[in-house]
Amino acid sequence: MASESELNAGIEDGVRRRDFINIAAVSFAGVGAVAVVLPLVNQMNPSADVLALSTTEIDISAIQPGQAIKTSWRKQPVFVRNLVAKEIAEAKAVPLGDLRDPETIDQRTKAGKENWLITLGVCTHLGCVPLGAAEGESRGDFGGYFCPCHGSHYDTAARIRKGPAPKNLVVPPYEFTSDTVVTIG
Amino acid sequence: MVRPLGFLVGLGFITALVLAIFTTPLSNEENVALSFHKHPRHLKLASDGLVPHWDKAQLQRGMQVYKEVCSACHSLNLVAFRNIEDLGYTEGQVKTFAKGFQVPSINPDTGEVATRDGAPSDHFPAPYLNEVAARAANNNALPPDLSLITKAREGGKNYVYSLLTGYQNPPANLPAELRPSTGLHYNPYFANLNLAMAKPLSDNQVTYADGTKASVDQMAKDVSAFLVWTAEPKLVTRVQVGWATFFFLLIFTVLAYLSYRNIWADKKH
Amino acid sequence: MSFPWAKPYEPTHPLMKWMDEKLPIPRLVYNATGPGYPVPRNLNYFWNFGVLAGAALMIQIITGIVLAMHYAANAGVAFNSVEHIMRDVNAGWFIRYAHMNGASMFFIVVYLHIFRGLYYGSYKAPREMVWLLGVVIFLLMMATAFMGYVLPWGQMSFWGAQVITGFFSAIPLVGEPVRQWLLGGFVPDNATLNRFFSLHYLLPFVILGVIILHIWALHIPGSNNPTGIEVKDEQDTVPFHPYYTAKDGFGLGIFLLVFVALTFFSPNLLGHPDNYIPANSLSTPAHIVPEWYFLPFYAILKAFTFNFLWIDAKLWGVIAMFASIALLFFLPWLDSSPVKSSTYRPLYRIFFWILVVDVFLLGWCGMQPAEQPWVILSQIGAIYYFAHFLVILPIVSRIERPLPMPNSITEAVLAKHAPDTASGPAAA
Repeated sequence: MASESELNAGIEDGVRRRDFINIAAVSFAGVGAVAVVLPLVNQMNPSADVLALSTTEIDISAIQPGQAIKTSWRKQPVFVRNLVAKEIAEAKAVPLGDLRDPETIDQRTKAGKENWLITLGVCTHLGCVPLGAAEGESRGDFGGYFCPCHGSHYDTAARIRKGPAPKNLVVPPYEFTSDTVVTIG
Repeated sequence: MVRPLGFLVGLGFITALVLAIFTTPLSNEENVALSFHKHPRHLKLASDGLVPHWDKAQLQRGMQVYKEVCSACHSLNLVAFRNIEDLGYTEGQVKTFAKGFQVPSINPDTGEVATRDGAPSDHFPAPYLNEVAARAANNNALPPDLSLITKAREGGKNYVYSLLTGYQNPPANLPAELRPSTGLHYNPYFANLNLAMAKPLSDNQVTYADGTKASVDQMAKDVSAFLVWTAEPKLVTRVQVGWATFFFLLIFTVLAYLSYRNIWADKKH
Repeated sequence: MSFPWAKPYEPTHPLMKWMDEKLPIPRLVYNATGPGYPVPRNLNYFWNFGVLAGAALMIQIITGIVLAMHYAANAGVAFNSVEHIMRDVNAGWFIRYAHMNGASMFFIVVYLHIFRGLYYGSYKAPREMVWLLGVVIFLLMMATAFMGYVLPWGQMSFWGAQVITGFFSAIPLVGEPVRQWLLGGFVPDNATLNRFFSLHYLLPFVILGVIILHIWALHIPGSNNPTGIEVKDEQDTVPFHPYYTAKDGFGLGIFLLVFVALTFFSPNLLGHPDNYIPANSLSTPAHIVPEWYFLPFYAILKAFTFNFLWIDAKLWGVIAMFASIALLFFLPWLDSSPVKSSTYRPLYRIFFWILVVDVFLLGWCGMQPAEQPWVILSQIGAIYYFAHFLVILPIVSRIERPLPMPNSITEAVLAKHAPDTASGPAAA
């Protein structure tokens, strides 16, 4: 029967240096595992074809003053509203201090095109689509938009005035490519 | 019990196989077509091998050949205009290029089928509305979609290149039944020697912007290179990521080996 | 359940003690793959493949779950959804190619694992149950791989499904109804694709369950070893951790290097060009072949060309193909030799290597068209395959005279290291 010393030789020498190799190997395995996780997480981000749909052209020539349309950008609803002078005046009359999310109407529209209010139709509370873009829908207490889910009221500059929503309706990036065409995105 | 039964079952299979051997003729039916069939010629491209890159000038020329010649019959369904930024075009150029195409759409007022200008997010429009239309226009042959053609054919790019340059008159000793019938064209690189596509390329059929002489051979090379890209736009990235991963793993494996030797240093095994 | 000298799990940290009282998973891991599992000290590199198969399964499950987030199991869009993954999804090409080649890597390591078991007699008592569960895993893997191959809905997917479900139509009387039931139609179509996707997602987790049983059954007698001699005392063993975790770490590195080379440098090497053509029920590819890991069995199927007795050639082929796998279930009882390792079985060893060559031959024939000389070679190959297991093995195990064996694993190890006997025959 073999003795332990025959089978197991030279245990003591160089233990420290050897520990380093073990730690290095395990560390490399750890780094590798993290590196593999990155693409597995990243794959859930919007894919290239989804990102490519991020511009939308809208023809606004048919929208009469006082009217609004609902269109879509990145599959989200977008409200395009042709404000009348009274609505612009109402929005301008509100002191910024009274606003939950202080912004002037000029900040929310393009210079020279102040009558065009373009916002996402996504309530900043929990993402419902507010009413008020279509004919006959409730526009809430402030004549803008009204979200029926939890009762958020937006004014004629689509700013939050009452209800649980924390922010104004988001103005997406857009530009006028001509007098009648708006490119969003 | 298992062994005697197994023995009998085994004997059954073996008998059936022995009988099969003696009843199967040992000679094959002669396949004359095979002796005329040629293996694809090799096409060397920048995207080959273990350090590939895209020859963007060549890909651009190849796309021009596709657009001006192939696209008359062949679709490229899987490629979007936005993808050709890979070939060295700027965003603006892509937009302009896309605008040059009419893509299927719906009239927003009437809901009727219509077309509109292409946008970068659109795919190359197909030349035919559907398979029936494609067959009707091509003597009942269906021009295949070219997006994946270099991955979907044995021989890949070599096959595409050889086929495009391989049209010739049938050899004199070709048996009558293998000669092209009406509407077919002889090409020894095609599996059954005769295909419906007529010789698509002729010298100077396109005018290259970069001044390259548009010989049949050059155009065939260029369009094959382009179709390698359409089949696998991530090819170059793939190999580059592969090397990084490989070297990382190589270091890990060496460390793991040292660690293994180190842990076992005190154990005979 | 384990050897008396197995290191007991003794948690020191209060949290680990608390965990051990409530849900002793750390104890389970410690005793299964930790210092608490004594393993023969003389295992060679062929014992890496079990752990590697487990790693391959995990790679397949992880990449598969991710792919399922983008794949659409609908005959109209399945093909394009795979191309969407390849082109538009972030790192999608990597994940898809890894899954595709991961399947091949899984089969490579499992085949090596199986042949390791055949060479060293790991299927014999007291490990018959380990072997039986292993064959079950192998069958489940084949089913999973087949259904996975259908999902991209290319030409090979479609015609593979057509041909394989066609096996069932060989069953007398009920064949055609059974086939229609499997397909949910008359040809593979949307219903087929959806059920295959459902099962392809399910079966890997069933495999995982059977693997747990496989490992459980292994831990009762403990691992086999290259001598085939059972462990006698503590000197014969080392704790699994750190000794074999370290060795498996190195094995994993080599495995991943091969996997990465395949995935990144030649991802379509083991695939077939026809699967990049969308499925078309009206046109069959000129030359249908299954994935490489099915080729030996496909060759057996094709080898039967003669209507023998009252059974026609088609049914013979199908029966033989299933029998070629099913006979593995009986292997522990077909081989009655008490000696496990081929190291000490001079006669069996010869036939083992003939079997290896035979399986390669069958695989090669499976890839070829139904022409000579491939038909006769596959027939000869199939004859040897059945003869090996059902005729030769039982006879060899009776007439063979084993070589002299060491008394213990320790003695074998010391003999290997002794300078004067190092050149002895086949000491490994």
